[in-house]
Amino acid sequence: MTRVLVDRLCLHFPVYHSENSTLKRSMASAVSNRSGQRAGSALVEDARHRVTIDVLKDISFTLDKGERLGLIGGNGAGKTTLLRALAGIYEPVSGRVRVRGSIGTLLDTQLGMNMELTGLENIRLRCLFHGFGQAQAGSIAQNVAEFAELGDFLALPVKTYSSGMLVRLAFGLATAITPDVLLMDEWLMAGDITFLEKAKKRIESLVQDSDTLVMSSHQPEIIRRWCTRLIWLENGQIRMDGPTDAVLDTYLAA
Amino acid sequence: MNTTQPRAGDRETILDLFPLSGWGRFKAAFVDLREGLRLLPLAMTLGWLDIKMRYRGSVLGPFWLTITTAVMVIALGFLYAELFGIVLKTYLPFLALSLVLWGYISTLITESTTVFSQETRLIQSARRPFSVFAIQAIIRNLLVLAHNAVVVLVVFLIFDIVPLKIWLILPALGLWIIDSLAITLCLGLFGARFRDIPPIVGSLLQVFFFVTPVIWKPELVGTLGGWLLIDPFYPLLAIIRAPLLGETLPLVIWEAALAHSAVLIVLAAVFFARFRARIAYWV
Repeated sequence: MTRVLVDRLCLHFPVYHSENSTLKRSMASAVSNRSGQRAGSALVEDARHRVTIDVLKDISFTLDKGERLGLIGGNGAGKTTLLRALAGIYEPVSGRVRVRGSIGTLLDTQLGMNMELTGLENIRLRCLFHGFGQAQAGSIAQNVAEFAELGDFLALPVKTYSSGMLVRLAFGLATAITPDVLLMDEWLMAGDITFLEKAKKRIESLVQDSDTLVMSSHQPEIIRRWCTRLIWLENGQIRMDGPTDAVLDTYLAA
Repeated sequence: MNTTQPRAGDRETILDLFPLSGWGRFKAAFVDLREGLRLLPLAMTLGWLDIKMRYRGSVLGPFWLTITTAVMVIALGFLYAELFGIVLKTYLPFLALSLVLWGYISTLITESTTVFSQETRLIQSARRPFSVFAIQAIIRNLLVLAHNAVVVLVVFLIFDIVPLKIWLILPALGLWIIDSLAITLCLGLFGARFRDIPPIVGSLLQVFFFVTPVIWKPELVGTLGGWLLIDPFYPLLAIIRAPLLGETLPLVIWEAALAHSAVLIVLAAVFFARFRARIAYWV
């Protein structure tokens, strides 16, 4: 069964709030002349003299149930944007994104939490967002508390947490609600080794229930262990798509 | 298109997104509103937490709002009753009610310009209906209004004001909430795209505070009264103020309030439908 379908997806961002239009225009023309050699995304000026950045160009792929996809590529290759497009945050400028099933996201560095509120309050808000009842919310809070091992910290504002604690809470919360498709950005660095082991166990049990994972990371060892398939993005386009080892070896050799 | 409803016999949801045009955009905007209303418990909790956080650690908490309003009403009431030469008994209840209602209008409109641009993190961390942020702002301001209403209640009790046809404020409050949603979505959108909107709206509100009969009674303008109906805030204030103060209200004021609201709602619907999908790109 196809979980995720991406068909000729293009995304470009408008650049507003620039100093003045003449500066903008001269920049755009200067950059577009040599955009062929330039790494990262190119500034383009459209017919109405709006400056836009092409972030994703003509992306197509499908993901089946149970696949664990890794996104690799340099900074500005479009990994985060692609994850956000899959999450439905950025609606396509052209092309199509279709995701079957519920979506869990771990994209933001603060992981969608309100830093002023306590851990428990954040858990409660997430449960309200998913429309859960009291009983279900209670069992989720317990599940997260057990996984995150935060103890009394759960009653303190999230801003007092260390980054590792924040990641444990967010990861526990995102995976306690068992999404069909889990989208993760490269934030795992904050977790220590024992956390990574626990996280992997939890993810694997999710995947065993035929759920789908899309993650981006810069760490080859994590990708090799977690992913079954890789897509290598470059300048917002797919450079290579295939089994983890094949793509990763080519990527690391490049 | 973003159909998030479960299909018959299948508990799975499908997120299907592609560029929309024309009627599809209105349908998507409607789905956004419907999903936002479905998350009303979340918006209510968020709105309440906003107030709790603002006053976390303070002794009186949200009742600082009540005290601030009380001080303002007493200070302005005595001064302006003297300046306008009106008896305190008729002026103070009017002023208390007007200031509290205007406080809701001006704070909501000021906050509406940043309702999306301040939530960059949440908007970019997961897909959620944009209307939730608007509903949250409205709930927050309604809670503030409830705290301030204590002042009005006390003033009414002191001066023994008896409301007339009090049921009339029900349709008026309904209209207020619909208008609040429309203006929050509309200005939130503009504020996300153009960062000059918040200061512009701020200065306009200041002008409207003085040209609208908020601290002065509309009877003071005499024969020019008809012109006041052009000011959208006057009829909207009047439809709540009159029944509570025990005054009768000419039908034309309700007509003006409905006409202004209709224009606002149509504009908001068109802009929200057209630009909803762009908000995530702008913030």
